[in-house]
Amino acid sequence: MSNSEQPLPPRTDTIPASLDRIVAAIRESKGTNLAGLLLLLLGLFSVFSVLLPGTFLQPGTMQSMMFQLPELGLLSLAMAIPLVSGGLNLAIIATANQAALMMAWILTTQMPPDAAGSEIWLWIGIAMVAGFLLCLTIGLVTGFIVAVIGVHPILVTLGTQTLITGISIWLTRGQTLSGFPDALIQVSNGTIAGIPISFGIFALVASAVHILLTRSVLGIQIHMTGSNLESTRFSGVDTRRVQIWVYVLSSLLCWLAAIVMMARFNSAGADIAQSYLLITILAAILGGIDPYGGFGRVTGLVVALLILQTISSGFNLLGFSQHLTLALWGFTLIAVMAAKRIIGVLVTRFRSRSSSGIS
Amino acid sequence: MRKLFASVLGHTETSLAVVIIVVVLVFSVSSPYFLTLSNTADLIEAYSVTTILAAGVFVVLVSGGIDISFAAVASVTQYIAAMVATKYGVPAVPAIALACALGALLGCVNALLTYYLNVVSIIVTIATSSIFYALLIYITGGSEIYNLPDWWTDRVVFLRFETASGDFARITLPMVIMVAVVVLTHFLMSRTHAGRQIYALGGNPDAASRVGIRILRLQLLVYGYLGFLAGLAGFVQAHRVHQVVPTAMFGTELSVLAVAILGGASLVGGLGSMSGVVLGVLLLAILQNGLNLLGVSPYFFDVVIGLAILISISVTALTERRMRGRRRIAGAAS
Repeated sequence: MSNSEQPLPPRTDTIPASLDRIVAAIRESKGTNLAGLLLLLLGLFSVFSVLLPGTFLQPGTMQSMMFQLPELGLLSLAMAIPLVSGGLNLAIIATANQAALMMAWILTTQMPPDAAGSEIWLWIGIAMVAGFLLCLTIGLVTGFIVAVIGVHPILVTLGTQTLITGISIWLTRGQTLSGFPDALIQVSNGTIAGIPISFGIFALVASAVHILLTRSVLGIQIHMTGSNLESTRFSGVDTRRVQIWVYVLSSLLCWLAAIVMMARFNSAGADIAQSYLLITILAAILGGIDPYGGFGRVTGLVVALLILQTISSGFNLLGFSQHLTLALWGFTLIAVMAAKRIIGVLVTRFRSRSSSGIS
Repeated sequence: MRKLFASVLGHTETSLAVVIIVVVLVFSVSSPYFLTLSNTADLIEAYSVTTILAAGVFVVLVSGGIDISFAAVASVTQYIAAMVATKYGVPAVPAIALACALGALLGCVNALLTYYLNVVSIIVTIATSSIFYALLIYITGGSEIYNLPDWWTDRVVFLRFETASGDFARITLPMVIMVAVVVLTHFLMSRTHAGRQIYALGGNPDAASRVGIRILRLQLLVYGYLGFLAGLAGFVQAHRVHQVVPTAMFGTELSVLAVAILGGASLVGGLGSMSGVVLGVLLLAILQNGLNLLGVSPYFFDVVIGLAILISISVTALTERRMRGRRRIAGAAS
């Protein structure tokens, strides 16, 4: 077996014919509760429209929802890919913060203060490349420990999370960095035809991840690895390569989240947005991604994110505290899991009854 | 000799003990203040809350679950106990009993949801943790309680030594509670019927249920026990800092989990020992204190913990694989 520590381009060889059915099942994704989630979203929209006539269903409200969604959305995508592969990445917030700090450090201390025009964009480019390389390194190291040394991803990312946050705090002494070039802030907080640019980035990235997971060879291999690592390995897939890719992709999504976050908060620090970590898992599970791995789609995750954002915006407009929103998010997850379980039990009972009636 | 060690302590425990001895030797040579009696006592007290929580998390990990709601549970129980104590003047014993009972109750909620929803416990406890914590902050408005009664904040000293250098070393209440919790948990896990069943459940849930272990009852015990300890830890934490801040314990989930794992508890369940967890805490405490005395920046400490976790899990995984390989070769030869 090849011991690939470097990410290789996805293999383009064809999938064996016997796998056609599995691939079709992954592409159609039987068993996700997308219809139920859409119904819940529609229900929430109706409830808030009735409770908040004239304020909820307004362009302004919709636009502010679109401004708030991308950072949690990108971080949730960074969590979703490891979850589908049967793992977990507890270091996403730490990675995003460190990338943001790296970019902020270049923009605030390395860039000459009298830089103007295209020179500013050159420095922004340098900062982004540096952030990209940092996240690539973090992803490769995480993937290496998971895939080659063979440690459970929760343990590895618990360690990397502590280490990365530790390094960030050590280097910054817990300070935050702020004061980025106006050009960056203006572009990333700007809108095109009323749609925030950051939301556009999120929509593009989500589509790309969706296509990657359902249409590419690597995506199918990620699903298979999540379903059963050993049998995937025995069927000739280099699961080490797949797992390294998973953590590289996850970390690179953190890099995108870092750019959106530092532009929106206009600051970077080691402790920013720590509370998002568990919420990304909550969103992913709510969106129908199987915590045991192997199943889940980006569409479900996006609908789940819309549900969470709708609850948050609606409650905000109703004048409830942000904390009540968090409690309701928790209740929503438990309610959706309970509904799934009850429907599952009812379906098995109905099937066994109807089959016994026939015989 | 190595075999003797291994049979007494097990694998992770042996390597932890060796590492601790090396670290202690290095620090003792480089700093004269290290390993003095008063220093050691302070060290133990500083880690009492973490150890109490890690003991509960260890039990859940052995049963094959992961519970991260304990910080929220500790905050809730701590706040409610402080409220009844300050507003209604409830005395010490009922207030502490209330905190522990409430913690156990919230733990049982986790157990019931995990069992009936048939979902991994980390997901359930992420949801319940958000609910408990958010409701606490919402209802209390995040306000702190400073005027704790004297019985809560007064330092209880059981024993006091004067050391040769004139410093005092004290055996205080947090240490006594911590030792009691460690002994109780060790007894529960290795000397009782229920403890063996918890290992069986974590090792193989299907097999455990086939041999007649009642899983729901066992899960109620496991998660209830962690909730109970969270209530106790909440009390000790407020005792040490003399105030109740709703946000004080939040965010400690992952570091306590890391401590339990460093001590050899496995995420897959069925493995680990209380002595391993204690050694894990001890290693972190010694590292932190030693680095402090050597004048290393406290900001650097998380870097050391992170490296310690990564090295320890990697070494464990590699030795396990080597042993598995050796067994396979032995099997092929015979």
